[in-house]
Amino acid sequence: MRDLFFLFSTTLMYSTPLIFTALGGVISEKSGVINIGLEGMMTMGAFSASLVAIKTGNPWLGLMAGGLGGLALAIFHAIASIKYKGNQVVSGMAINFLGSGIAIFLCRLFFDGTSMTPPLDLEKKIPSFFGQYATVYLALLATLFIWIILNKTVLGLRLISVGEHPKSADAAGLNVSLYKTIGVLSSGFLAGIGGASLSIAIVSNFRPTLISGQGFIAIAALIFGKWRPVQTSIACLFFGLSQALVIFLGGREDIHISSQLLSILPYVLTLLILVGFMGKTTSPSALGE
Amino acid sequence: MKKFLFSFLCVLSGLLFGALILKLSGISPIEAYTVMWNGAISKPSYIAYIIIRSTPLILTGLSVAFAFRTGLFNIGSEGQFIMGALSAAFFGYFFNFNPWIQIPLVLMLAVFISSLYGGLAGFMKALFGVHEVISTIMLNWIALYFSNYMVLHDGFHKANTETSEFINPSTSITILENWKSSDAGLEWLGQHPLISDFLRPSINAGIFLAILAVIIIWLLLKKTTFGFKLKAVGLSPEAARYAGINVNKKMTQSMMIAGGLSGLAGATHVMGVSKNVAILAAHEGYGFDGIAVSLIGSNAPFGSMIAGFFLGALKYSGQKIQSALEAPSEVISIMIGAIIFFIAIPVIFERPINKILKLWEKK
Repeated sequence: MRDLFFLFSTTLMYSTPLIFTALGGVISEKSGVINIGLEGMMTMGAFSASLVAIKTGNPWLGLMAGGLGGLALAIFHAIASIKYKGNQVVSGMAINFLGSGIAIFLCRLFFDGTSMTPPLDLEKKIPSFFGQYATVYLALLATLFIWIILNKTVLGLRLISVGEHPKSADAAGLNVSLYKTIGVLSSGFLAGIGGASLSIAIVSNFRPTLISGQGFIAIAALIFGKWRPVQTSIACLFFGLSQALVIFLGGREDIHISSQLLSILPYVLTLLILVGFMGKTTSPSALGE
Repeated sequence: MKKFLFSFLCVLSGLLFGALILKLSGISPIEAYTVMWNGAISKPSYIAYIIIRSTPLILTGLSVAFAFRTGLFNIGSEGQFIMGALSAAFFGYFFNFNPWIQIPLVLMLAVFISSLYGGLAGFMKALFGVHEVISTIMLNWIALYFSNYMVLHDGFHKANTETSEFINPSTSITILENWKSSDAGLEWLGQHPLISDFLRPSINAGIFLAILAVIIIWLLLKKTTFGFKLKAVGLSPEAARYAGINVNKKMTQSMMIAGGLSGLAGATHVMGVSKNVAILAAHEGYGFDGIAVSLIGSNAPFGSMIAGFFLGALKYSGQKIQSALEAPSEVISIMIGAIIFFIAIPVIFERPINKILKLWEKK
């Protein structure tokens, strides 16, 4: 029973950064803009959250700063993809280089040339309630919130229509660029929060290898979740569970499974499931245009 | 010409952006670029280090560029690199033949295995419609953990280290490795300080393989029907299918070749520089840098070569501003990011390029 509880809570903890980031990806891609730069936006968010939390001592300001850090990078992506109608995949790759570059560059400037921020004191981290960081609850709320926005509000329906048929949306009098910009900027904000939920909750500092690929896993999760908020969050929980399993089984004397092989499992499963989905593409039809 | 001009303008803008960032953080950009320039060319050993740095970048860049030509985005270069490196380390340790057999054999096995690994992504796209960006992201992580698993495996793991056993000397492609430390070699090198300095880093035959690969891929794309078909698929899969080209097969073949090239990068790195593979906590970035190389080189073989040398030089000399000026060397990543950002938006350079081209024609 205690083991199950441990697995459950570790899963929730590790899924949180992925959920925020993948939800961001959902909004951006629903509006028709590919966002492969989530990784860079997460890194930027993780750093700015850590910086502000250390300087102000307030984790909530840190969390906001994380979101704004991601958003700042998203502005670049919006300019390239929407204003100049550039190549969204290439721009996303640029964001990834910029994100980690700027974050570590600033880190060295602020913290005497080191690429890690000093650890946060426990009371300056995001607080826990009932054994879970507040960000965990926020991630679950965000899933619900984004589901409501996309499915039940005018804003959401317009956002989706812009991603499906930009020309018809334009003919119907919608400001296509505006809705796409909303999509991209919210994705930056959410990815930034995702990064922050790592650097000021799960661990207590920012370091260059902190994100290492989670932004890309978030992209996989959103495709896995077929661009739907709830399914995407479930896909993130699945990736979180696999991380939790590695930690759980790695800490036990009586079970001998290579943690390396265990770490492979979620990726192999994802591939197998994607192969099983054969032919069913559900991406927004004007994605990337 | 137009493409070259475009890349040049993007690089220039990226370097200017880097200068701006340095200026804003209170570091003199002129000083920083001077340190980098001197740090890149003022000694033969620096040039040797740049060649070593550039070798894998040229190959991963070529790999990404080649897949791009068939309309595929090979984010999986990272994983294919790992598979090539692991295979080279594995067979280089367990086989021990005469170098004339050993080296080609290990290289071929490494390229073969990584090309299968790359081909897997093409195959899944062709047969099951799994987007290669997603499958290769997964395959990158699978390769990383698989490599870690193998490195930790009994019989291959070097006790009390985080690495595998070293490859047999017969697998090494480092140039003049034994001679450098022999008595005769030391004596001769003592009389020729410049050459001695150039040979101090583990300069290896990988660069020749990389240049050879560039030429072969160029010939393949430019002069063969196979290359023509691949490009046709890249330009318009629908039209290619209508013309009777087996698009699915071409996608798989293209990813196989791309995988082999990235694997070759990993193999030359192990056989020429590292001599073993280590536990990886995160991706090393050879594949991601390859994407940058390919984009800067406008997805062309010789473009990748030039861009590979450029990026290698940038990354090598960029480290030096850290110690000399206490300027964060990450400004290099920012520059690379800025260059790619400009590449994403060709519109902004259209006017200046057209103007320059007009002036050119008047001459």
